[in-house]
Amino acid sequence: MNMQFFQAFLDGTLMGGVYALAALGLSLIFGVMKITNFAHGAMMTVGMYAVYVVSTSLGISPYIALVFAAITLFALGYIIQHFLIDKISDAPTHNQLLLTLGVAYILENGLLAVFSPNYKTLNVDDFDGAIQLGAISISPEKLVAFAVVLIVTAVIYIVLYKTRIGKAIRACSQNKEGAKLMGIVIKKTNAVAFGIGALCTGIAGALLTPILSIYPTLGETFQLKCFVIAILGGMGNLWGALISGLIVGIVESLTGYIAGGSWSDLTVYAAFILILLVKPSGLFGRSNRREH
Amino acid sequence: MNTKNFNRITLTALLLVAVLFPFFADFYILCIGISVLIAALLGQSWNIMSGYAGQFSFGHAVFFGIGAYTSTTLYTMFGVSPWLGMIIGALVAALVGAAIGFLSFRYKLRDDYFALATLAFAEIFRILVNNTSALGGATGILIPYLVKPSEYQFASDKTYYWVILALVAFATVFIAVMSKSKTGLNLVAIKSNQEAAAALGVNVLKYKLIAISSSAFFAALAGTFYAQYYGFIDPSIVFASSISVEAIVPCIIGGSGTLYGPLLGALLIIPLQEICNSLFTSISGINMIIYGVLIVLFIMFCPDGIYGRMTKYISKRKGN
Repeated sequence: MNMQFFQAFLDGTLMGGVYALAALGLSLIFGVMKITNFAHGAMMTVGMYAVYVVSTSLGISPYIALVFAAITLFALGYIIQHFLIDKISDAPTHNQLLLTLGVAYILENGLLAVFSPNYKTLNVDDFDGAIQLGAISISPEKLVAFAVVLIVTAVIYIVLYKTRIGKAIRACSQNKEGAKLMGIVIKKTNAVAFGIGALCTGIAGALLTPILSIYPTLGETFQLKCFVIAILGGMGNLWGALISGLIVGIVESLTGYIAGGSWSDLTVYAAFILILLVKPSGLFGRSNRREH
Repeated sequence: MNTKNFNRITLTALLLVAVLFPFFADFYILCIGISVLIAALLGQSWNIMSGYAGQFSFGHAVFFGIGAYTSTTLYTMFGVSPWLGMIIGALVAALVGAAIGFLSFRYKLRDDYFALATLAFAEIFRILVNNTSALGGATGILIPYLVKPSEYQFASDKTYYWVILALVAFATVFIAVMSKSKTGLNLVAIKSNQEAAAALGVNVLKYKLIAISSSAFFAALAGTFYAQYYGFIDPSIVFASSISVEAIVPCIIGGSGTLYGPLLGALLIIPLQEICNSLFTSISGINMIIYGVLIVLFIMFCPDGIYGRMTKYISKRKGN
């Protein structure tokens, strides 16, 4: 088998894992609040800068700073839902979309105002060079990112399925009225769900920080990818988001390998429109078997 | 004096002020006036399909960019006058709009999915142009400045001002006529309840396509004007998401789905942006933060926009 092809495949899988985590957050927010969060990419960038700032100012490893980014993003998500989106929960959907769009502009340009549009690169000295396996080289940052994604996903699974608040979140995503009748406080549950969604995208951003040079509008690119993945997996379907994340990562990487880098985004977006048109319920259909 | 006469007099007075404005403004103020009118034209364009017909576009830059690139490439490569290029560009944008609309509406994309699709289309066009060296690629196209009115180039900014004012007036008259016509009523019916409209025999697909095409037409006119006025375009300017937002914000502030709302919105937002830019010159992105804050505030506290709120208030008082 062609080694370069395999290399592209492997890189795609590892990056796909990070996309999957961010998209998982988007899908969770959609599942509970039924709104598409247009601030998702901006929140991811906030996660990136949180890691950058903490890591450079305290001189600690970005993988420890990641915890800080996760907490910041959870708080940010909670606040956005509690103080903004919740206030207009009865308004038409498009107004809620526009609200998240407004939030995105505030966050993104807030970063621009504070950090300037210049690229920032984090120097990571946790690893010494790429891991060589024959002709294949694996970036340790990407490998660690993938491992962290697996851990975070497992934790979120446990939270959603084993804890009280997690069960409340799933109840809200299935039937809001029913959940209310069972004594679940919708307002708080929504805010926690949004917080977890934001946390996912924040951690994804944090994991990308050692890999990429960051700038304030970087999140936009990933946001569209998150939309692609979440819809491919079926909006609100968390498992679908994980699998589609890997698919998108691999497709993107292989297109880049075959046709050149600039075409990979194009392929992903074109595939996106195709899916929107042909099967907007996603690859795995509307029903989520695990929910039963 | 009855309301109709009063309205007519106010409107004439305002129009007169708008036309005579360049004689009283210095160069800097005139530039702001032109920016206001570009935003107003984009706003009116968005107003047609999103305000009146309720189909939310987050990617209006796609039509703006098509307008700018069509007239500019026709001019720089084939020497076609941008006046003609402007019309061709607007027609191409209308066709692309119809194609996007046909695909999206035929497959019944909902609110947020449709908004996403428009966003993705804008991004696709940006990447395509960015990678097409015949269209100047990422470096963009510089339009040679020959100062020939027959080629949409003027010595004075005053003339540019009157051109864009005429375009805005054209868009506004178009909306005024459309909103009173059967088409306009059908669009509003589709916006408030698509299923009910269809049940009453409204051809939903057809009217949505009319809305998106005419909306695209006006956005493209703004695109060509932008190219001719600034003399330079590149994909990251004309297909930028900031253009899409510039189409949305005047409507939200002024009131979407109203005739004068976007004009009022543009008149408020652009000067505000200019003031903030000059106050905080060292901070980049301040103008977009203001856009964001205003979107959030208006959506939360005044979703009808200023003009929308005003007319509602007046009609309520009349009712009493």
